Amino acid sequence: MNEFSSAIIAALSMILTLDEDLVEIVLLSLQVSLGAVTIAAVIALPLGALIALQNFPGRRGVVILLNALMGLPPVVVGLVVYLLLSRAGPLGPMGLLFTPAAMVIAQSIIVLPIIAALSRQTIADLHEEYDEHLRSLGCTPLQSVATLLWDGRFRLLTAIMAGFGRAIAEVGAVIIVGGNIQHATRVMTTTIALETSKGNLALALGLGLILVTLALGVNATALIISDTAQRRYG
Amino acid sequence: MPSPPDRSDDHPLLPLVVRGLHFGINGRTIIKDVSFWIGSSGRTVILGPNGAGKSVMLRLCHGLLKPSGGEIRWGDLSVGQARERQAMAAQHPVLLRRTVTGNLMHVLRVKGVPHEQRQDMVEAALRQAGLEDLASRAARTLSGGQQQRLAIARACVLRPDVLFLDEPTANLDPAAVRGVEELVRVVAAAGTKILMTTHDIAQARRLAADVMFLNDGRLLEHAPAAEFFAAPKDPAAVRFLAGELPD
Amino acid sequence: MIARPFDNSVNWRLPGGILGRLPALIVGLAVTALASGEEPRPITVASTTSTQNSGLFEYLLPKFTAETGIDVRVVAVGTGQAIRLATNGDADVLLVHHPASERSFVADGLGLARYPVMHNDFVIVGPGDDPAGIRGTTYAATALRRIGEGEHVFVSRGDDSGTHKKELELWQAAGFDPRPAGGAWYRESGSGMGTTLNTASAMGAYTLTDRASWVSFGNKGELRLLVEGDSRLHNPYSVIVVNPERHPHVHAVEAQAFADWLTSATGQRAIAAFRVDGQQLFFPDAAGASGGADTE
Repeated sequence: MNEFSSAIIAALSMILTLDEDLVEIVLLSLQVSLGAVTIAAVIALPLGALIALQNFPGRRGVVILLNALMGLPPVVVGLVVYLLLSRAGPLGPMGLLFTPAAMVIAQSIIVLPIIAALSRQTIADLHEEYDEHLRSLGCTPLQSVATLLWDGRFRLLTAIMAGFGRAIAEVGAVIIVGGNIQHATRVMTTTIALETSKGNLALALGLGLILVTLALGVNATALIISDTAQRRYG
Repeated sequence: MPSPPDRSDDHPLLPLVVRGLHFGINGRTIIKDVSFWIGSSGRTVILGPNGAGKSVMLRLCHGLLKPSGGEIRWGDLSVGQARERQAMAAQHPVLLRRTVTGNLMHVLRVKGVPHEQRQDMVEAALRQAGLEDLASRAARTLSGGQQQRLAIARACVLRPDVLFLDEPTANLDPAAVRGVEELVRVVAAAGTKILMTTHDIAQARRLAADVMFLNDGRLLEHAPAAEFFAAPKDPAAVRFLAGELPD
Repeated sequence: MIARPFDNSVNWRLPGGILGRLPALIVGLAVTALASGEEPRPITVASTTSTQNSGLFEYLLPKFTAETGIDVRVVAVGTGQAIRLATNGDADVLLVHHPASERSFVADGLGLARYPVMHNDFVIVGPGDDPAGIRGTTYAATALRRIGEGEHVFVSRGDDSGTHKKELELWQAAGFDPRPAGGAWYRESGSGMGTTLNTASAMGAYTLTDRASWVSFGNKGELRLLVEGDSRLHNPYSVIVVNPERHPHVHAVEAQAFADWLTSATGQRAIAAFRVDGQQLFFPDAAGASGGADTE
């Protein structure tokens, strides 16, 4: 119990004094994860819509694969990206290893299937509901997709937030491809891992509390949004 | 069946001529060899028991389903060409997750109506349907009757030549039914050809100018309303009007 | 404090005057390049978890950056992995503590030269009540054998690090092979020094650790320092610049500047001045202003 009270004190004092290191770490975590989610969403939303709307041979298999990839282990993704970005690997000359860019790439890969699978589900459900009406109106395929995306905006936003939650909480990928370099690639999760390994458990726990609060905040916001939307727009 | 006149009532899409229409799905035949023509712009009601194939008929005429056989022509146009000038309101209104105004605006946007004209058209549609006070309400929070009136208003915002209505009041209470029927009359009076399905005999009596009686996928009788209700010729129609169908 | 262990494996000076001046020349060039307004490029240093966890880098590197404008990015992993990083060219500099691996690295042409930088020592820690009775044992190998014969829980790094390799050498010197007992009393954590210490602390087990990690470790629990001072426990650190001929993209000039600074009087003084809990954790090893490279 002592560890917990020390942890809460550590967390509060860091937050209240706006500890420089803490701010730097939190900002980098947000930058990396938000960047990853943005990139993933830009690819995954149209991809999900495409799979939902376009019938093609093997579609069922693709849907199953997409859903399965939601469970992609971050540490495996980290390892693969590391092998790709290492100087000894194919993308070595780009010099991306141990940079925030590498972390963004790894997290984008982790998050992409989540957003794609959830948006596919959303679009498919809406399509079933709206298809006849949109055909009656004579919508072009592009107009249909736009209509479905907009009407599904709250569920899609929830999907994106789910992706963000996953990204900001993972440590396996970012620690391998980022190297946990101080002032460069150190984020909240990797700092917690480091402080734990130094035996500074109260500090690590304090950071953990901050991270959990952040993740909870994101999830709560997502829930409130989808609830409100459900009640207002049905 | 007597051959249709070449043109009638100066209505752009009439006459509707259907020959040998056939529709089956998964081995089941739903529409069997239906032929008819509709020349007048009065309100046509397709009447029949549940499962008669009324909804399918409507969708075949609107081009939402492809027939397995036979042909459909709207005046000089094919079904595909005519669809642009038609609109439909389904039994359960499919409203977008937007406001009432948003639903109407969506149609105008899809159809490429210029910006400046949109507001006026939306307001006119809302007035016609008696929904002006609900303009910024979320569409799906409206009552059943209001939702159906919105669906009809949405279908009519661009003054289509033909409006298809599929059992529009099946789930509504009497007051709501009256509201919807009144709107249908208004729309018809403005020049839109109404093609409506129902299993409600009283409703058919109230609204129909002519009646098509459908049973088990076959068109059994097609006559002006007064004639049909006074003295139906088809035995199934007789039993249906007496409340004895389906067996 | 720590008895200076005998170490006759290091040759302090490069043969030949001019070659000996080479590092200084390069530093001079680097400084000139910096002075001429060229942006000094950052360097990536592959080092060990033990050095990182001690806090040495947080203390030392800002001094180096202030003097040279070169940003240092430290990736801290086990020695084995650090060497792999340097082999692949993912790092510009190697700073580790396993002389045999370091010499192979240079011999294979992967590194330019090996400069001894500093040393400290390993210690054996374990539960305060010391069930194996090793407290105060003179020879580390003897202590390990007692632990093994008594089947007392021992946590190994198990991660191909410098500490791990030292531990295996000690078992060998003791003539005892713990590996058959893997998973029983011999527990390989496969992790860095800190995590291994956490594990030992939670299990009340014995483990081998470098003194710097031990002193700065914040979760000692019931663990106590039990064995120290054996000359076999000497723990030397060296710095190696990755060979730019093998990996043209490395920031060789800046990397050499780093190696030179570490072995310079300034750097060595800074290393010696680093204290945790009042204890000096690292002892300077380079002689002279620009040190010298080991070319064996």
